[in-house]
Amino acid sequence: MTLHQNSATTRSVAVASLKQLTLRYGKVSALDGVNLDIPAGCMAGLIGPDGVGKSSLLALLAGARVMQEGQLEVLGSDMRSARLRRQICPRIAYMPQGLGKNLYPSLSVLENINFFGRLFGHDGEELAKRSAVLTHATGLSPFLSRPVNKLSGGMKQKLGLCCALIHDPDLLILDEPTTGVDPLSRRLFWELIDNIRQERPQMSVLVATAYMEEASHFNWLAMMDAGHILATGTPNELLERTDTHSLEAAFIALLPEKKRRNYQAVDIPPLAPDATSGADFAIEAKDLTMRFGDFTAVDHVNLQIQGGEIFGFVGSNGCGKTTTMKMLTGLLPPSEGQGYLFGQEVNPRDMATRRRVGFMTQSFSLYSELTVVQNLTLHAQLYHVPIDLIPGRVTETLKQFDLETVCDNLPDALPLGHRQRLSLAVAMIHRPETLILDEPTSGVDPVARDAFWNLLAKLSRRDGVTIFISTHFMNEAERCDRIALMHAGRILATDSPAKLCSAQHVDSLEDAFVNYLTAAGAGDQQKGTQTSADTQPEPPLSQLTCQGDSSLYGWRRHFNPRRMGSYARRETLELVRDPLRLTLALLGSVILMFVMGYGITFDVEDLTFAVLDQDQTTLSRDYAMSISGSPYFTEQRPITSYADLDQRMRTGALSLALEIPPGFARDIARGRQVEIGAWIDGAMPTRAETVRGYVSGMHAHWLGIKAREAGYTGAAGDSTLAGLLTIETRFRYNPGVKSVVAMVPAVIPLLLMLIPAMLAALSVVREKELGSIINFYVTPTTRLEFLLGKQLPYIVLSALSFLLLTALAVTVFGVAIKGSFVALATAALLYVSAATAIGLLISSFMRSQIAAIFGTAVITILPAVNFSGMMDPVSSLEGMGKVIGELYPTTHFLTISRGTYSKALEFADLTASFTPLLIATPILLGLAVILLKKQAR
Amino acid sequence: MSPENIFHLGLKELRSLTRDPIMLVLIAYAFSISIYTAATAIPETLNQSTIAIVDEDRSPLSARISSAFYPPHFVPPALINRAEMDARMDAGLDIFALNIPPNFQSDLLSNSQPTLQLNVDATRMSQAFTGSGHIQTIVNDEVRAFVQRYRDVNTLPVDLNLRMRFNPQLDKTWFGSVMQIINHITMLSIVLTGAALIREREHGTIEHLLVMPVTPFEIMGAKVWSMALVVLVASALSLKLVVEGLLSVPIQGSILLFLSGTFLHLFATTSMGIFLGTMARSMPQLGLLLMLVLLPLQLLSGASTPRESMPELVQLTMLAAPNTHFVALSQAVLYRNAGLGVVWPQLLAIALIGAVLFALALSRFRKTIATMA
Repeated sequence: MTLHQNSATTRSVAVASLKQLTLRYGKVSALDGVNLDIPAGCMAGLIGPDGVGKSSLLALLAGARVMQEGQLEVLGSDMRSARLRRQICPRIAYMPQGLGKNLYPSLSVLENINFFGRLFGHDGEELAKRSAVLTHATGLSPFLSRPVNKLSGGMKQKLGLCCALIHDPDLLILDEPTTGVDPLSRRLFWELIDNIRQERPQMSVLVATAYMEEASHFNWLAMMDAGHILATGTPNELLERTDTHSLEAAFIALLPEKKRRNYQAVDIPPLAPDATSGADFAIEAKDLTMRFGDFTAVDHVNLQIQGGEIFGFVGSNGCGKTTTMKMLTGLLPPSEGQGYLFGQEVNPRDMATRRRVGFMTQSFSLYSELTVVQNLTLHAQLYHVPIDLIPGRVTETLKQFDLETVCDNLPDALPLGHRQRLSLAVAMIHRPETLILDEPTSGVDPVARDAFWNLLAKLSRRDGVTIFISTHFMNEAERCDRIALMHAGRILATDSPAKLCSAQHVDSLEDAFVNYLTAAGAGDQQKGTQTSADTQPEPPLSQLTCQGDSSLYGWRRHFNPRRMGSYARRETLELVRDPLRLTLALLGSVILMFVMGYGITFDVEDLTFAVLDQDQTTLSRDYAMSISGSPYFTEQRPITSYADLDQRMRTGALSLALEIPPGFARDIARGRQVEIGAWIDGAMPTRAETVRGYVSGMHAHWLGIKAREAGYTGAAGDSTLAGLLTIETRFRYNPGVKSVVAMVPAVIPLLLMLIPAMLAALSVVREKELGSIINFYVTPTTRLEFLLGKQLPYIVLSALSFLLLTALAVTVFGVAIKGSFVALATAALLYVSAATAIGLLISSFMRSQIAAIFGTAVITILPAVNFSGMMDPVSSLEGMGKVIGELYPTTHFLTISRGTYSKALEFADLTASFTPLLIATPILLGLAVILLKKQAR
Repeated sequence: MSPENIFHLGLKELRSLTRDPIMLVLIAYAFSISIYTAATAIPETLNQSTIAIVDEDRSPLSARISSAFYPPHFVPPALINRAEMDARMDAGLDIFALNIPPNFQSDLLSNSQPTLQLNVDATRMSQAFTGSGHIQTIVNDEVRAFVQRYRDVNTLPVDLNLRMRFNPQLDKTWFGSVMQIINHITMLSIVLTGAALIREREHGTIEHLLVMPVTPFEIMGAKVWSMALVVLVASALSLKLVVEGLLSVPIQGSILLFLSGTFLHLFATTSMGIFLGTMARSMPQLGLLLMLVLLPLQLLSGASTPRESMPELVQLTMLAAPNTHFVALSQAVLYRNAGLGVVWPQLLAIALIGAVLFALALSRFRKTIATMA
């Protein structure tokens, strides 16, 4: 409660104050000495196009990103201090950019909400009550069990809001919450925010947006450009100051002179009527339909686009625009219907048609590792622009698109507007007759956007290029010759913007679209639940008492089992929803156990050998027989000459070659010294040693027999080997000396290292690569809670895998556990904890999943296979390998595994191996905690 | 199909790789430090073996036997009593325990055939066999010399002259280093292509490629040649600098022939990587698949234990893996100085397997391409 009294005092000042705040990514600076006080208790907006530093600013405010220079106070706390950050982060809610980027796609609506709620210390009945109120208010109540990846954009955005509001924040930070959502959902969203603000007037809301028009009803605005604040004030103040009528115009007026200089209002001459007559349609769709499973993404779409026309495709994200465009370019084969390009049916194999079309995808798919010139050149090459024309064409294009000054830069280092121009340049390099542009202007500043449209106008009217463009900006849609309004896979209407407005008797295209949407029943969902709200009143949001989160004090501040449990529960759900991964993990271990248990064997058998018999007597044949008679060797056809011997040894066809000299039998009879030559293939040293052992043994054996037969005993007497003493060899623990018995207890530790480590490593790096790691950055979750929460499910999975492998070992392989099963199981649990901790440690410093896969493979396979005593005992290793082997957990678990399986050992006998296993996990996890970053860099 | 497209797209792949520093560091590590550590750590089969002696005879002969075990084959034996023997073997301290019974020397001299007991920890397969043979020979030698009062074996009428070809000292570094390179070649080529494909899919650039006038064959061909080239160069450098240079392994045969074999092998493994990339829907799945494929390839191809001793079924199945033939080829070329006349069957086998894998991967790639975009 004290916290709220605090906030009451800060409210009158500012919810956040920034002094000389600077943030750089490498050489590019995103924020350049920003000074700003954001007023509390109102709706504050940051406006400006993407890439001007809005998102960076918000990420700093939410504590998601590491501060570099300058000062920042949020809710009266210095954001530099990790301690203060932890204390105030439960009062901040952050909804990052990108629809549902911080949500978990395979989890349901309710599971997502509960995950966030538990991170902030809510649970049980209270959590259920809170989520009921929020889902009710947002109209999500009927969809609680629907997984996020099946939600529409508007619903994802509402769910994001629920997750942000679940802990009753004092500051709500929304980063571009409405980008890519249809106009109707956008309206409903702002109504929802207004309702919430009425319920909770003390809450401050800070929104970043690129839609200037929707910022007009905010209480306070800060306009940003290139890391600077251009102006602040209420919308009216800004309009008055610039003497303009729209915020977009005000923004352009406030831009520095240098940027404004090239600004030209968009002016598109009307399409000449004769330009379209006669010719075939450039693009045509007939009943084009696409189904993914039981979901219809595109539903019988019909389109006819004439040559030279600018045709707009308007609708929210996920309504099927992109899918339709993909079908028309042959990227996706339609489930039904046909697409035609230049009057011919779309055929993905028809390279000639592809060369007549230029395509620009949503994400400006440029190769970020190639420079501007390299990108242009590569595309020119791929489109088979004649080789001698390429340099000229590239220079010309650079000039046309005003990219000469940046021609050697990498695309990522360019401002968004430049990148967009480059994308278009790339799509145009081969001079196509038709351009298909999928949302080319999202997130580009108004000046650049208008410049882009001027370019399009020129292409269309001067060069007669047909342009098929999709957008969710209404003011762009108005510039098209004709547009199609799309919603939920269907085209609602197609006509020129003016005619659409007059048909609906409204002034703006946005209103017209909203009318069409309502007519199509798009608003029914929301409306329906809102009416039921009237009949069945729920407690308003303000009535929810906000208890201070007890977990922020005392020991729970550093380790709260509930937060850890929330992560563990979520990870488990994700794992269970990915049955393929689950099966691979369990079945994979089983398959590998079979392959290696039976496959790796040290019983050296069936070695190939052949004899170069230059004596050809009974005795020489008898000698060869003594070797071929053993199970270890199989005799090959005799060697005919030294050349033959050499040739066959080189191919590896012979492991052993024997050379019996001429006069062998005769010399022995005369008691003369004879020498048999044995050539062993030393290429594989282990095998060579075994061969050497066998041959010497059999040689001695043969001599003994011959000696006795020939009555040498009399003469040589005591000197023969036989008869002096007996050496009784007892192979202990594995009397049959069977490889399976030795291998199975060794394979289990190997498998329990590699697979758990890989799973754990990827689970964290995946969050980093896909962006949901942000939830760890901005919630009170500590590093240990996060790591342990991620680790637990994999420990359980690996323990299951252990039980499965043990059951197999006992039943299928017939390798019984002679010692204590409890000891083995305890050790296995400790061991899989260590294995998953190794994975977590790797993940703490890896950024990409590829590197994590390769790194985990390199770091686990070699030590586990070679240095842990599976093949050679650790005591016999040398150098670094020995050191690694002695430290590596596999070594110790291997000793325990062999001890309990083969040697009938109990706990007490194995203490020496338990100690390292016990301390391994805390050390590894400790290192991971130190290396893992709590904020983005 | 257009060779220029394959060439240009391949260049693009190479450029992307140069901009991923962690990957470059990992590749460098895998082909230098990792090879070096693995090669120098592998002992000879009988290296520093632990042996304990229970001497209940305490005679000059038993002392003579005890002193016959010395490095590098054995660590100096621990002299223990009978009671300690079991505990020490249970704990894995000793691999061998030799028990010399009371009155051993006098029994021997009175020609009453005393019995020595040699206990072997048979869970240590690799050492159990060779070690026990070694120990028997050593004991026999010592006993005979003791009995005859001279160390001479010329009473044996037939001598066995054992000669190790291709690696006279049976130096395991030679074997280990090259086999480790082979393992890394396989691992890296599969990871680079498979994971790169999934990354392109996750980041949406594959879609961009698909709208351009390039065929799946060209996209795949470009990935295959460029990544194969990277691995080829890395392995050639590793062979020259690390194996020949740092580890001073004398390479007998033609490195050029080996590299041609490597190239064919890479053709097969990069195709396999693409195949796996089309099977997996996400990186975690690919990671698991990778383990599932890499381990058998490494352990059953003949690079760690001899193929002849594996069960028939495993031997037959592994003939379908390019690694098996590549390992055989590398051993023949690098250790035995075999020429093209000797290794052409392996080259042919790898090329065939590669062609089949490439065709399989291509057909899967074509089929799944729609779901990728």
